[in-house]
Amino acid sequence: MTPLLSIRDLAVAFRTESGPFEALHGLSLDVARGRTLALVGESGSGKSVTAQAILRILPRSAAITRGRILFADGDRETDIARLPADGPAMQAIRGQRIAMIFQEPMTCLSPLHTVGDQIGEALRVHTGADRKEADARTQEALARVGFPDPKRALKTYPFELSGGLRQRAMIAMALILKPALLVADEPTTALDVTTQAQILALLARLQEETGMAILLITHDLGVVANIAHDVAVLYRGRLVEAGPRDVVMRAPGHAYLNALLHAVPRFDMAPGERLTPIRPAQAEIPAARAVERPAGPVLRVEGVSKTFTLRAGRFWQKPRTVHAVSDVSLSLEAGRTLGLVGESGSGKTTVSKMVMRALDPDSGRVLFDAGDGPRDVHGLTGEALFAYRRTVQFVFQDPYASLDPRMTVRQILSEPMEIHGVPRAQRHARCRELMAMVGLDANGLGRYPHAFSGGQRQRIGIARALAPNPRLLVLDEPVSALDVSVQAQILNLLKDLQAALGLSYLIVSHNLAVIDYMADTISVMCRGRIVEEAPRAALFRRPVHPYTRALLAAVPDPSLDHPLDFAAITGDHSEPARWPEPFRLAPDEAGLMHDVEPGHRVRHGAGRAREAA
Amino acid sequence: MIAQVLRRLVTMALTLLVISALVFLVIKLPPGDYLTNRIMELRATGEAGSIAKAELLIKQYGLDRPVWQQYLMWVGLMPGPGGWSGLLQGDWGWSFEYDKPVADVVGDALWLTLLVNLTAVVFVHLVAIPAAIYSATHRHTFGDAVVTVLGYVGLAVPGFLLALILLFYANRWFGLSIGGLYDAALTNRPWDGEKVRSLLAHLVVPTLVIGLGGTAAMIRRMRANLLDELAKPYTVTARAKGLPPLRALLKYPFRMSLNPFVADIGNLLPHVVSGSVLVSLVLSLPTVGPLLLDALRSQDQFMAGFILMFVAALTLVGMLISDLVLVWLDPRIRLGLR
Repeated sequence: MTPLLSIRDLAVAFRTESGPFEALHGLSLDVARGRTLALVGESGSGKSVTAQAILRILPRSAAITRGRILFADGDRETDIARLPADGPAMQAIRGQRIAMIFQEPMTCLSPLHTVGDQIGEALRVHTGADRKEADARTQEALARVGFPDPKRALKTYPFELSGGLRQRAMIAMALILKPALLVADEPTTALDVTTQAQILALLARLQEETGMAILLITHDLGVVANIAHDVAVLYRGRLVEAGPRDVVMRAPGHAYLNALLHAVPRFDMAPGERLTPIRPAQAEIPAARAVERPAGPVLRVEGVSKTFTLRAGRFWQKPRTVHAVSDVSLSLEAGRTLGLVGESGSGKTTVSKMVMRALDPDSGRVLFDAGDGPRDVHGLTGEALFAYRRTVQFVFQDPYASLDPRMTVRQILSEPMEIHGVPRAQRHARCRELMAMVGLDANGLGRYPHAFSGGQRQRIGIARALAPNPRLLVLDEPVSALDVSVQAQILNLLKDLQAALGLSYLIVSHNLAVIDYMADTISVMCRGRIVEEAPRAALFRRPVHPYTRALLAAVPDPSLDHPLDFAAITGDHSEPARWPEPFRLAPDEAGLMHDVEPGHRVRHGAGRAREAA
Repeated sequence: MIAQVLRRLVTMALTLLVISALVFLVIKLPPGDYLTNRIMELRATGEAGSIAKAELLIKQYGLDRPVWQQYLMWVGLMPGPGGWSGLLQGDWGWSFEYDKPVADVVGDALWLTLLVNLTAVVFVHLVAIPAAIYSATHRHTFGDAVVTVLGYVGLAVPGFLLALILLFYANRWFGLSIGGLYDAALTNRPWDGEKVRSLLAHLVVPTLVIGLGGTAAMIRRMRANLLDELAKPYTVTARAKGLPPLRALLKYPFRMSLNPFVADIGNLLPHVVSGSVLVSLVLSLPTVGPLLLDALRSQDQFMAGFILMFVAALTLVGMLISDLVLVWLDPRIRLGLR
């Protein structure tokens, strides 16, 4: 049988100020009917450009320079590469025969139009259906992708939905006309692991029902191992490997795929095993220095709670409140790493902000010990607060948004030192030292952030955090905005710096593999509460709480021997009222932490105690 | 929603009160007022009868009282020598310069000002929006360059200069006198068909002149906004859905790019009123701009105060309108109110 889509010798070039730049060099690729082809590669490898070329939605500065894209739909074969990009023939294919879903479900839906309007639009445009018919079909489509109340969903706006539901809405929009090919560009990268597993299961089910082919673009080999039938690996605009999944993944022929497999944190890593970055970086880690350590933990969070008040519309109504964090306690030893895990909305970022004293807790305290005994962070004023600001620094998730594009790297690195009164001469020397420490050339000091790649920018962000000689770094999703190829570099750098400088880390992430690689102790948060806390090894070896288990079960593993159990992930895991006994919590019930083994505690509800009584 | 609007109306009233105090203070800052200046002038020439009349007016309008009392009387929060008669009672005061009630002096000027400026605003949008859309979707092409250059020329040419040039050439080539808003011969006629026709014919040039600078500025801003929106993922989604380009453009990025302009309606009106004073002078348009200028110069305090309050009220109403339109246009704001 002929493949549904065959790309032959495709080249795409961008016009740039320094002349044309070829992003794809003669790519040839087949997508078989009814199967899923995973297109794997790091950013810049040309995988998104391939998707855009297939739909002819390349940016204005890019053009197909040679090659064919043969789309054999029904009994006709069309060369998409030869159609005018905005002509009627191409418009008829787009959205009707080939549909696409994107990475960011928030920004891909217009906030000004209802979900129903945006989904039904494809139908109205292609089939001339009227509103009523479109609404009926849209409702069906929403039900098919698992919307709890499809009729109501028609009239909701994207910003009223969670990330997972938004991506489901995108899928409904793409599939409403039953296309022959679905192009999915990193469809689950921006989602929580459990939501990711649900979306992957949904895609597999819909494929079975409709028989469509899927071109899945991803950098996550765990996703590939779980839903792809075939794999194609792109590297710098060239195909380096292609074939059925089992063949390619079991015996990666090309060094690049092999390197990719070893560059991401996995659960089956040996204790003490280091990640191997695809491209090694040379950071000059200073020799380990002796740091006087406080006797107790450097950071202790004691029963902090934070409630946010939503603005009430009518002034006679009581304002609604959201319990973002309820009675959270944490303890971090000097020179160690504490990991805080949870899905989005679990309250982990709120906790980190209270540690930074960017938010005040409603109750509870945050104690920090800078070597002179624990002091309540939120009681600090004047000089003591100024000193605290210096000792605790933050590394942000998004290295693009967290560096001022109008400041040179030297200014960025100098600013914290200026604020804390480091003399000019010392600042200059320190800037060079910091650059060497994070593996960047000192020549880069005079340049602006836009001259650096994402990974390099994150290094600058780390250097800035280190500039005032802090003791504690709060790392908020430090690698989740970075490409796979550089995640390993950044994680290794953070580990090396910790060992050398005696730093303590509080790392916040939804990526369990990253937490597993970095943290010594881990606290799992759900709905503002800690549900389980344990040393790293214990948590991953013997997870007790159903929420922790669900999180772990949802992480796709790149090895083919541990497939995801899609049926086990239902979405109930974050519903405290549906947890099995003895974990079940009634609404507003706090429950109590119970020891499982030394250092390993888990939250129980009072339900069984009640039954017994 | 209704509660929101009511709350807004109350704050608007309070804002107007604060503005009235500021306006009065600013007008009263220079020493003296119209009448004392006039009396000094009259003393120099020795016209006793007129002096007596001026002094009578001072008594009648309480200008010999302390400033705060004068203010309260003007607003209508305190009875004056002639009983309660202030802005709140609908009495806009007396123009000493024209020796007529303010209401009679500004009369037609008020709504003619609104007419001229609203026409200019409509003209700005009608020209700027299509030009900006063309310019943004044809970035870095010859057409875009032409629009851009014309835009800059429009920005750079002062309105009064253009008015003078048009005045000169209209007369020279067509024998037309385009000054004023209607034929001078019709000044005292009631508003009949002929006068309205004359008004419409005279409206063309002022609209063009007043609107030109705004058009150019709006093209530039709209183009920049649209270019941002065109790069957004939802625009790509719309294309990937198979929407024809123009329909996709108007439904998604264009609508998104409208928000800042709607938010700007409140600022637009007073800006056009105060910005068109020079043009009004050159084209001798019977609008409030030149009246305000005269009143401020001669310290004709009730006249100046009333016109400034009129512009302030216009601004507040404009802002209310823009907020209501935003609520209607943007569900994020609408649902945020709940």
